[in-house]
Amino acid sequence: MTVAAKVHSEVVAERGLSRFFSDMFVVTERNIIALVRIPQSLFFSSVQPIMFVLLFRYVFGGAINVPGHSYVDFLMPGIFLQTVAFGSIGTAIGLAEDLHKGFIERFRSLPMARSAVLAGRTSADLIRNIGVLILITAVGILVGFRIHAGIWAFLGGLLLILLFAYALSWGFSMIGLLAPNTETAQVMSFPLLFPLTFASSAFVPVQSMPGWLQPFANNQPFSILVDAMRALSNGGPTADYVIKSLLWSVGLLIVLAPLAARRFRRSF
Amino acid sequence: MTLAIEAVDLVKVFKGGVRAVDGLSLEVEAGTVFGLLGPNGAGKTTVVRILTTVFLPDSGRASVLGHDVVTASEEVRANIGLAGQFAAVDENLTGLENLRMIGQLTRLSRNTAVARANELLELFELTDAAKRIAKTYSGGMRRRLDLAAALLHKPSVLFLDEPTTGLDPYSRQALWGVIEELVNEGTTVLLTTQYMEEADRLSNVIAVVDHGKVISQGTPSELKSTLGATVIDLEMSSNEEADRLGRLLLEKIGKQPRLVGAGVELPLENGPAQVRELLEIMEAADLMPVRLDLRDPSLDDVFLSLTGHVAAELQEGGRK
Ligand SMILES: Nc1ncnc2c1ncn2[C@@H]1O[C@H](COP(=O)(O)OP(=O)(O)OP(=O)(O)O)[C@@H](O)[C@H]1O
Ligand SMILES: [Mg+2]
Repeated sequence: MTVAAKVHSEVVAERGLSRFFSDMFVVTERNIIALVRIPQSLFFSSVQPIMFVLLFRYVFGGAINVPGHSYVDFLMPGIFLQTVAFGSIGTAIGLAEDLHKGFIERFRSLPMARSAVLAGRTSADLIRNIGVLILITAVGILVGFRIHAGIWAFLGGLLLILLFAYALSWGFSMIGLLAPNTETAQVMSFPLLFPLTFASSAFVPVQSMPGWLQPFANNQPFSILVDAMRALSNGGPTADYVIKSLLWSVGLLIVLAPLAARRFRRSF
Repeated sequence: MTLAIEAVDLVKVFKGGVRAVDGLSLEVEAGTVFGLLGPNGAGKTTVVRILTTVFLPDSGRASVLGHDVVTASEEVRANIGLAGQFAAVDENLTGLENLRMIGQLTRLSRNTAVARANELLELFELTDAAKRIAKTYSGGMRRRLDLAAALLHKPSVLFLDEPTTGLDPYSRQALWGVIEELVNEGTTVLLTTQYMEEADRLSNVIAVVDHGKVISQGTPSELKSTLGATVIDLEMSSNEEADRLGRLLLEKIGKQPRLVGAGVELPLENGPAQVRELLEIMEAADLMPVRLDLRDPSLDDVFLSLTGHVAAELQEGGRK
């Protein structure tokens, strides 16, 4: 009695890598369109970092003493990292919204590669970060930022930052899936990002911080990434920073991506 | 008989211990419309989500077109369409972009997806709004867009969770027409609804669900005949009198009549002969109606008599 009905010609499920990539592309495209069309997300990913550049360059910068080059050269590597890190809040919010508006439910009923939902989200973030880093570099140059270590080293530094941001996207995907709503996703993100961004070498030299804070500020990943970027932009020894940065990025990616994927499967 | 959908003893318990689906079984014959009816929180949406592979069941099994929803979920998804209870429309995309995206994710090529999207936009009278961002759509337009998305790849089994909630009468009629046409072409439809008229008109078989179980099942006319032949409608002179009569009848004959304003409705299990008994009760209590009517039962009556305890518990503020 339990025979499959063959009223319509039955569709055979498609599998494999080509399906994964084509689905990932479709989801990425959708997220990019949303990014451009939502005024808030456009503001947070472009206007806000520009304001930080101007604020630190012209308001706080005069009061901060840095060794070596000018303050704006010290600042920009920090701004690069801060921008992509703050941008990943959008990942958490976007996924929480998809989950609670029933969008993920729809995705889960489609014959698509389920892994493409998170992969498409993180790829869209990667593309956004590329655009924003180009924009911020241009703004930096307008306010006096100069690359001293050569263009290729500088681009290599940006790649390091992009890789680190990609790993962060997976972590914030998980926050988005865990949060009971979009507001909470945002609230959960800040306490993580604030200490990592501001208790780091991004805006001020770590030596100016109180002694008890310095071990954390020196060794946490945001500082390591900023130091690597700074070395690749301003010159100086790079190998140690770059290796540590790569280890952090790859390590976080290896841990966070499977965790987020597992959380995605378990949310139902 | 070929079964398009089969579920056996499905159970789904949510965190916090809510047994949303509690040993539910059903069989849907290919090419028919199966209606799931039940009060809020009965578990209808959860069943639909299990059958469409969105949720995993905790126990029991289910299959669609012979494919197990857990072990062969890819095959299930390739052959179904789902329009969930809450329209899953991307507000930042236009209507056309929404459909194109879903079409591509259901394995249509980009061009086929666009062509098919335009067909469906036309069918659901959204062509004029096709290039507008869905944020600007009204509730009914979003719903129609969501329904269109479920039909993109011409699925052979269609799941519709309260498809006409929020549609105006005209759009509702139009959707019924679309569903009937799909069924004529051989599509199997499982739908949930709050509208008896809809279940009555569309469904070949109706299952009434409550507390996660099927408590009654049959064709619309079978269900109606379980109630006996006749329903009595009484109109009292005020709402207070109707309430008093409701309590009195519950006490004397053990059945909770349905109260609608000053109206009191009760299926007569013993047929018209019971009218006399009722009149005697009312006369003794000096509660005579201003109008009395006898009619055939509707699905509404069936639903209320099967799940009436829910209304009673609600009145006591008991049920979550
Ligand atoms: N994701 C969830 N987490 C926890 N509990 C849930 C979840 N989804 C549903 N429930 C609970 O399961 C029960 C059944 O819900 P379901 O949505 O299946 O009912 P329904 O019959 O579709 O109701 P309605 O007519 O209101 O749509 C309810 O008590 C609901 O609170
Ligand atoms: Mg429901």
